[in-house]
Amino acid sequence: MEFSRRDTLALGLGAAVVTVLPFSVNAAADDVIATFTGGADMADSGIELTAPEIAENGNTVPVAVSAPGASAIILIATGNPTPGVAQFNFGPLAASQSASTRIRLAGTQDVVAIAQMADGSFAKAIATVKVTIGGCGG
Amino acid sequence: MAASAMVGASGFGNWARLAAQQSLTQDQLLQFDTFGNVSLIHITDIHGQLKPIYFREPSVNLGIGAANGQMPHITGADFRKAYGIADGSPSAYALTYDDFSALAQGYGRVGGLDRVSTVINSIRADRPDALLLDGGDTWHGSYTCHRTQGQDMVNVMNALKPDAMTFHWEFTLGSERVNQIVEELPFVALGQNIFDAEWDEPAELFKPYKFYETGGVKVAVIGQAFPYMPIANPGWMFPEYSFGIRDENMQKMVDEVRAKGAECVVVLSHNGFDVDKKMAGVVSGIDVILSGHTHDALPEPVLVGQTVIVASGSNGKFVSRVDLDIRDGKMMGYKHKLIPIFADVIAPDATITKLIDDQRAPYKADLEEVIGHTDDDSLLYRRGNFNGTWDDLICDALLSEREADIAMSPGVRWGPSILPGQAITREDIFNVTSMSYGAAYRTEMTGEFIHVILEDVADNLFNPDPYYQQGGDMVRVGGLGYRIDVTKPQGERITEMTLLKTGELIDASKTYNVAGWASVNEGTEGPQIWDVVEDHIKKLGTVSTSTNTSVQVVGA
Repeated sequence: MEFSRRDTLALGLGAAVVTVLPFSVNAAADDVIATFTGGADMADSGIELTAPEIAENGNTVPVAVSAPGASAIILIATGNPTPGVAQFNFGPLAASQSASTRIRLAGTQDVVAIAQMADGSFAKAIATVKVTIGGCGG
Repeated sequence: MAASAMVGASGFGNWARLAAQQSLTQDQLLQFDTFGNVSLIHITDIHGQLKPIYFREPSVNLGIGAANGQMPHITGADFRKAYGIADGSPSAYALTYDDFSALAQGYGRVGGLDRVSTVINSIRADRPDALLLDGGDTWHGSYTCHRTQGQDMVNVMNALKPDAMTFHWEFTLGSERVNQIVEELPFVALGQNIFDAEWDEPAELFKPYKFYETGGVKVAVIGQAFPYMPIANPGWMFPEYSFGIRDENMQKMVDEVRAKGAECVVVLSHNGFDVDKKMAGVVSGIDVILSGHTHDALPEPVLVGQTVIVASGSNGKFVSRVDLDIRDGKMMGYKHKLIPIFADVIAPDATITKLIDDQRAPYKADLEEVIGHTDDDSLLYRRGNFNGTWDDLICDALLSEREADIAMSPGVRWGPSILPGQAITREDIFNVTSMSYGAAYRTEMTGEFIHVILEDVADNLFNPDPYYQQGGDMVRVGGLGYRIDVTKPQGERITEMTLLKTGELIDASKTYNVAGWASVNEGTEGPQIWDVVEDHIKKLGTVSTSTNTSVQVVGA
């Protein structure tokens, strides 16, 4: 579908039209994960991912990760055309193993954070971030 | 209700019984055996209603997933059965929708902040240090509120002396105006989830919590503003602020106030009821959540673990009183009463009546001008998940005045009702339309995009996870019919979209003329919606409503 800039601006409920496609998943996300973990199992605990449930602006979504004892954390936007977002590496002298950034999301999708622990094990956290055109709160 | 020795009671039974006897008096409405050592007074979602009004509760309020069939997602006869309310009683009139027009003739208007003042004064006479907590959506929703940019509400509410407040529609006044009012408020503005958008740090002007010493108890009140303000409302009007549920920060605040010695933790929330229910299960250590935003009025609190959730309705129609027994840093019991503000039963506080009339005086002629009438069979109301008759009238106005194929009107939950045979004044039109972004746009949309909009809004209402819901109801449509299966995921709920004027199915690639209002986009152009509706009603003279069968709901 195509909309002129004028149409988009005039929409009653609308923001950027491309951001309202249904839940999206990009198969390339699995490749990014496999490269990082080498296919190893991932624990459900040991890493915290903080992201808004509904993005205020899909173009700049604040996310924070924290995994005490991690040597590296990767952040993946599973529905973006290029799912890999960032990799944070923590040296042995790092005071805390946490980071925050802002990412752009192409639509409603799962954001995944995976930590590699000092012992070589992995931990994973998932957050679904909804990108919506909104406009009808009562 | 559990492990601890906590005992709870609701005063609801009292007025239900009195109701059945048809002998409601002010003393009976206010009767309450003072309990424990702390009293909370909750009012929320007043939406600018200074004067008594009529307000019909919804007939359709669907709960999805775990919320299905749970309070507040029960209406009408089922609701009355759940609480033992007699048909035709004042409680039936206050809390359910059936026979609304007939019951309204007998029981009269509800609300009015001068009546609310009487109730507050009565509670303070019992318990002078009772905390008055305003859940927000206060500085929005009427002609005078719009013209004075919220000043009328600020003046009258200040006279009621609240102890704290949280926020939603207030921000649609624009951040400059909100900041200006908040800086001068004689009480604290709370919101643990109000953040500075640029730095993602707590906003300076809004405090996460405040401590009160009441009844010898150290009470902490934590604020929770509406989480999805920049999404549901125009974010460009308050770009400096960011919100969100931020339940991890809520937990942090609860832990912080407990560590500072709070014996009782109250959350003054504008989350919406289902979000509060979920949050009560996620965040530990909250004693009471005073819930706003979704306009539910519940005669008994809902318990989640050890947390009591109180819902106090909207439009000034109810005040909740919650008495707590706090001992050794624990809530040992509570007593609750949802007090319906029957305007003909509760005497107005004359000083507040005068203050209200002072706010209205400069606009009196404009407010009272009669634009049209409803006919003897037509009730105008809004509340419900799908079109109300007010929305049908607004959509008709958009279709005819803006010469559109399809009309869209936002699914907001505010706006009083108009009885059959009643005059419709300019004030009445503003009560259901007034806002700071009311331009009525006209644009072209493809069938596919109309579908995307309906799916998007439906997911904000019917997503099974409350944290992904924004509150509000389904976008209202005119000239368009559709079928909705509320159990399906986003993208699959809406089918059989039909252009009513031709009876043809909507073509995804075809372009339609769409008129609507309340766009969240900056620079939206068009006449103000209240002028469009006024012109339409003037032409009609007498308004007749008809049953709207254009939306077919399945899976409910």
